[in-house]
Amino acid sequence: MESLGVLMLDPMDDYLKQELGRRFQLLRLWDAPPDRHDDFLRANAESIRAVVTGGGSGADAALIDALPGLEIIASYSVGVDRVDLPRCRERGIRVTNTPGVLTDDVADLAVGLAIAALRRIPQADRYLRAGQWKDNGDYPLTTRFSGKRVGIIGLGRIGLAIAKRGEGFDCPVSYYQRRDLAHANYTYYPTVVELARNSDVLVVACSLNEQSRRIVDREVIEALGPRGVLVNIGRGGHVDEPELVSALVDGRLGGAGLDVYADEPDVPEALMALDNVVLAPHMGSGSLETRTAMADLVLGNLEAHVLKKPLLTPVV
Amino acid sequence: MASSVTARASGGKPPQALLLLRRCDAAFHSALQQRFHVLDFFASGEPLPAFLAAAPEPPRAAVVMGGGVVRVDTAFLDAVPSLRCVVGTGAGVDHIDLDECARRGVAVANSGRVFSADAADHAVGALIAVLRRLSAAERFVRRGLWPLQGDYNLGSKLGGKRVGIIGLGNIGSLIAKRLEAFGCVINYNSRRPKESVSYNYFPNVHDLASESDVLVVACALNKETRHIVNKDVLAALGKDGIVVNIGRGANIDEAELVKALKEGTIAGAALDVFENEPKVPAELLSMDNVILSPHIAVFTSESRSDLRDHTIANLEAFFSGKPLLTPVFPNKVSHIAGKSNQ
Repeated sequence: MESLGVLMLDPMDDYLKQELGRRFQLLRLWDAPPDRHDDFLRANAESIRAVVTGGGSGADAALIDALPGLEIIASYSVGVDRVDLPRCRERGIRVTNTPGVLTDDVADLAVGLAIAALRRIPQADRYLRAGQWKDNGDYPLTTRFSGKRVGIIGLGRIGLAIAKRGEGFDCPVSYYQRRDLAHANYTYYPTVVELARNSDVLVVACSLNEQSRRIVDREVIEALGPRGVLVNIGRGGHVDEPELVSALVDGRLGGAGLDVYADEPDVPEALMALDNVVLAPHMGSGSLETRTAMADLVLGNLEAHVLKKPLLTPVV
Repeated sequence: MASSVTARASGGKPPQALLLLRRCDAAFHSALQQRFHVLDFFASGEPLPAFLAAAPEPPRAAVVMGGGVVRVDTAFLDAVPSLRCVVGTGAGVDHIDLDECARRGVAVANSGRVFSADAADHAVGALIAVLRRLSAAERFVRRGLWPLQGDYNLGSKLGGKRVGIIGLGNIGSLIAKRLEAFGCVINYNSRRPKESVSYNYFPNVHDLASESDVLVVACALNKETRHIVNKDVLAALGKDGIVVNIGRGANIDEAELVKALKEGTIAGAALDVFENEPKVPAELLSMDNVILSPHIAVFTSESRSDLRDHTIANLEAFFSGKPLLTPVFPNKVSHIAGKSNQ
């Protein structure tokens, strides 16, 4: 394997870091202090032919332009909304992501968040650990998950996996996306508002792009309503976060299970004060098994590139 | 004991006396009082013998809650010789001496499938929460640690896990159906293999645990199932194993479970029930690899109203001489498909 110069933007995952170091010429952006990153890039620009990034870091035009030798960007994520894809196309830079291997974990977490939000699992856990079961008696009644109407925004790999799990709970499943798939078991709605109006649990499972930015806005939130629950395992950018927070505080939205936020890792203070939300720190793909599989896909894509073989999971 | 709501029984007959030994909400009370002459024990504040002696007519049926408040045992049955039917309002009927009732020809009904979906949903939700560390990660976020410490620890993938279900009754079957959709392999133990399912049967819980990554307790509590999850079973489950308990606290040897969690003999647990509720072993309260809940697996507003409808349906069947909808028999498999009285 020739010495491909790979720039890793942040530590992400130990196994990935070790393997990149073993197989390629690895440069680690975080070895330089944040205010010296530009210098670091300038000093190493000639040797960097590949960038390994994550969903949050992405790769913007400034970074891409600073690396004249860049041939491939491999993202350790399925979402590449923070990679400047048009710029990559212009420059002929390949981009890969990690679809498929994380589908199950993300779908599992989506359903886990829905059940946790409706059945108040983390809240009841806190109640018990605070001694309230002894002092205050039983936890209040919650609401059943089975049979609730599940509406999914985006019926791609992850959306379909969520739908399949929903069927196991006898949940009627419906969806919105640009194209009606005429699916035998799932009902199509041509707008997100209609989907929300006909759902008890609304799940965001589409990719983030210009059309889907803020797709969950005030109108959608209010259509979902005071007994509705929003689950977001997509991107913070899918949701108008200030509207979401205000609706939850006011009770215009019943509850939420969130894995992603507008400005990670900062979670709005107002959300932290609420008892009708479940807050996860962007861990949709966060199992050892899946992160290893994602890392192997990143490594496999880089190796295919070096060997001039077809990339495993190209986006561009 | 006059009730303020006039009871109207069907067919214009005077309403039948019904002994009520359960703390009910207003809706349940009202529904019962509309149909029966309710003798409300908890409202009377008297000891049971005095309460029964003062009853204007001997009750033939009783609604009795579980949870250790009242036991329908020999003494109870001796005190209410007119009783011909006991309707339990819980998923479990471990508070009712089924053998003694059968001996006296007292029919017993339980809550059938009323609680099954909610119990199964909670079991699945709690399993996802423990494998993916959801509860602990939530605390991490709420303490403001995400910006300071970076990403939370990795959890473990649910898909492909071998899940061993102890008790494949109403609840166990629904858990199996749900987890299949997540890509889990289903193993089970029950008194006899079930012909109609294709899951892997194990004749004892030790072998089940050896071949499973997750052990789910979904069986009733009786002599055979007390401490059915013991030190050996936990060791067989192994250091990556997870225990989920939505049965009864006494299904598991709690002291051994706590020890196994402390020593890393197993990886984690999701516990909704405990041997001495509401007391929970103090060592568990600081563990991040357990999900704890205060016996909430069946408590939704939907199951509350389903229970009301179901209890009344059983009572109306009894009083009109029809078979109970959900009869329970001692040490036998119920005739209701898929249900096992384990």
